[in-house]
Amino acid sequence: MKKIAWIAIGAGLLSQPLAANELFFEATAKVSTEVSLFSQQGQFNNQDYRSNLSVALEPEFFWEWNDASDNLTFKPFFRVDQRDSKRSHADIRELSWVHLADDWELRTGVRKVFWGVTEYQNLVDVINQSDTVEGLSKGEKLGQPMLNLSLVRDWGIVDLFLLPGFREQTYVGDDGRFRSGLVVDKDSTSYQSSKGSKHVDVAARWSHSVDVYDIGLHWYKGTNRAPQYQVISKEGKDVLKANYQQMEQVGIDAQATIENWLLKSEVIYQDNPSDNYFASQLGFEYTYYGIQESSADLGILMEYGYDQRGKKANALLQNDIGIGARLALNDTQSSSLLIGMIHDLDFHSNSFSFEADRRIGENWKATIRARVFSADNKDDLVSNFAKDDYVKVIFDRYF
Amino acid sequence: MKFKILTSTLIAASVLTLSVNSAFAETPEEKGLAISEQIKIRDDGWVDMLASMKMVLRNKQGQESIREIRMKVLEVADDGDKSLSIFDRPRDVKGTAFLSFSHTQGADDQWLYLPALKRVKRIASRNKSGPFMGSEFSFEDLASFEIAKYTYKYIEDQACDLGQCFVVEQYPTDKNSGYTKRVVWVDKAEYRMIKTDFYDRKNSLLKTLTSLDYQQYKGKFWRASTMKMVNHQSKKSTDLQWVDYRFGNGLTESDFNKNTLKRAR
Repeated sequence: MKKIAWIAIGAGLLSQPLAANELFFEATAKVSTEVSLFSQQGQFNNQDYRSNLSVALEPEFFWEWNDASDNLTFKPFFRVDQRDSKRSHADIRELSWVHLADDWELRTGVRKVFWGVTEYQNLVDVINQSDTVEGLSKGEKLGQPMLNLSLVRDWGIVDLFLLPGFREQTYVGDDGRFRSGLVVDKDSTSYQSSKGSKHVDVAARWSHSVDVYDIGLHWYKGTNRAPQYQVISKEGKDVLKANYQQMEQVGIDAQATIENWLLKSEVIYQDNPSDNYFASQLGFEYTYYGIQESSADLGILMEYGYDQRGKKANALLQNDIGIGARLALNDTQSSSLLIGMIHDLDFHSNSFSFEADRRIGENWKATIRARVFSADNKDDLVSNFAKDDYVKVIFDRYF
Repeated sequence: MKFKILTSTLIAASVLTLSVNSAFAETPEEKGLAISEQIKIRDDGWVDMLASMKMVLRNKQGQESIREIRMKVLEVADDGDKSLSIFDRPRDVKGTAFLSFSHTQGADDQWLYLPALKRVKRIASRNKSGPFMGSEFSFEDLASFEIAKYTYKYIEDQACDLGQCFVVEQYPTDKNSGYTKRVVWVDKAEYRMIKTDFYDRKNSLLKTLTSLDYQQYKGKFWRASTMKMVNHQSKKSTDLQWVDYRFGNGLTESDFNKNTLKRAR
C-alpha cells in the first residue's frame, strides 16, 4: 500500500505540466538546540547522568504549481542526542502532495493530522503515532502515510482516511530518560493482525462550527497506536514486548466558546480484544483579559481525565485532575507562560510543569520547560519518572 | 429573502429620509449616524480584496520590530466581512493563520491555526481590546466598520489635511470594547476616515490613528497606504504599510473555512 501512495504522488507530479513561471518554491528551516538538566541521576541502569545536549533540524521544502491548485511539502526531521542513541533519529514528518478543488481536497503522502481541543491529553487524536523519544509534554507525532479526501459542505467538513503502513511507537534507548525500568525490545514487537504493520487502517471525521460550538465526530478502525506490553526474557535479560491490537473507536471533541469561557470535551469509546471502554477529558479555560489594566491575559485551566479501565489503563491520565494557569503578555516578543499541575486521584501522585517562551529578535525563540514528578506507588506509570525532574532550555533558530 | 429585500428597502428609505431631513432640524446624533452610514454606503460593493501589510512596531526607545501579514477579505452582504490573515514574519509564527467571521451584531467568530502543532484553536472574541501581534492595533481596530457597532454624535466641521472634515464621535455598543469613544475626522468630499482618536475606559486619550496616502481603486473604493497608530500613554507606535491592494479576485465563501485556514501560506 505504501507503494500505491508513492505511485499516486509520482503520477500526480507527472500529470501536471510544470511551467517554470508557474512554479513556486520556498525553503525554510528550524534548528533547535536543547540543554536538559536533571535534578539527580535516573533510577535505572545507564541513567547515571545529570545533563544532556541535543540538537534537532527540521527543514521544510514547499512547491506550488497549477495556479496554486497543487502543492508538495517535504519536511524531514533529524535529531542528534548526546546520551541516547535511540533519541538520535530521523523521520519524515511530511512528504505529501495536496490537490485542491473548489469543495474538496485530496491529500496524499506522509502527513500529520491533529484532532482535539483539550490541554493535558488528546484522546481523539488517533491518526498519527507518538514520537515518544521527543519528550513527554510536546505531543510530538510521527508522519503517517495516508490518502485523505476532504469534502467541504455547508453542513461541515468530512475527512475520509485510508492509512496504509502502520508505524511503531518510538522508544528511548538504554541510556534514555523517561522510560520504564525495562526497555522495549523492538525486534519482539507483535501484531494481532496477520498483516502486521501492513494492515490498512481507515478513519472518517466530520467537523463543523455552529454558532459558538466547534464539534468533531470521528470513527477509526485499525491498528491501535498504543500497544499492550508484556515482560519477556530475551538473552537472559527481561525486556518489554509490545503487541499492537486491532481496535475500533468512535469519539467526539467539542468546544463551546462563550465570553471568557472555553468549555472543552473529548470523549471516546473504544472496542479492542482486551476491553470495551469509555475515556474522557473534560474541562474549561477561563481567561481574564487585560489584567491590571495591562495588555496581558491570564487564563485559568482545569481538566479531568477519566478512563473506564481504571488503574490498569495504559494511559497516564486515567483518573487525574489537571489545573493550570496561562499568562500571555501580548508584548512584542510574544512572551507566554504556562504552569500546571496534574494530580492522580487513584495513585495520589503529582506532577508539576512549567513552560515559558519568548521571541528574541526576529529569528530566535527561547523556551524554558521544567517538570517535577512526585510518585511513590510503583503501579503508577508516573513512578518511572520519579527521578527525572528536569529543566530544559531550548533555543530555536528559524531560517 | 423577502425579509432581506424589505430591510434593504427600509434602509434605502431611511437614508432618503435622512438626507431630506438634513435640510431641516437634525439632531447631532442623527447627523453623526447619517455621516457614518455614508462612509459605509460609499465603500459598499467591493466584493473581495487581497492585500499585504507590513507592520513596524516601535517601542519608547524607537527600537523596531517587523510583522508581515497577507490578507484575503470577502465582503458579506447583510453581515460583517470574512477574512483570512496569513503571517510571514517574524519567522517563528510563519504559517500561522487567522480566520475571522465578523458580524454586524453579536460576537465575531475567530480561529487561529498553529502550524507547528497542526492545531486550529477557536479564540474567544471577548479578546477584542487586546493587542494584535504585540502592536498598538487591537483586534477591534482592525475589524471591519459596521454601523451597529457604535452610536454616533456629530460634533462640528473642521479644516483637515484633505480639506473640510466632519468630526463625529462614535460610542461602541459592545461592552467588551476597550474604548468609551472614538472621535473620527471624515473628509466631506469622499467620506474617508483620516484621523481617529481613541479614548480608553477611563475616558482619557489613549491613541491616535492617522491614515495617509489614500488611493482610489476600481474608481470607487478609497484605501489608505499608510496608517500610523500612536499610543500617547505608552509612547509606543505602530505603522501599518499596505501594499498590493487587489479587488475583484473572484473569492467566495469556500475560500474561508477551516481547510483553507490550515493550508494558508
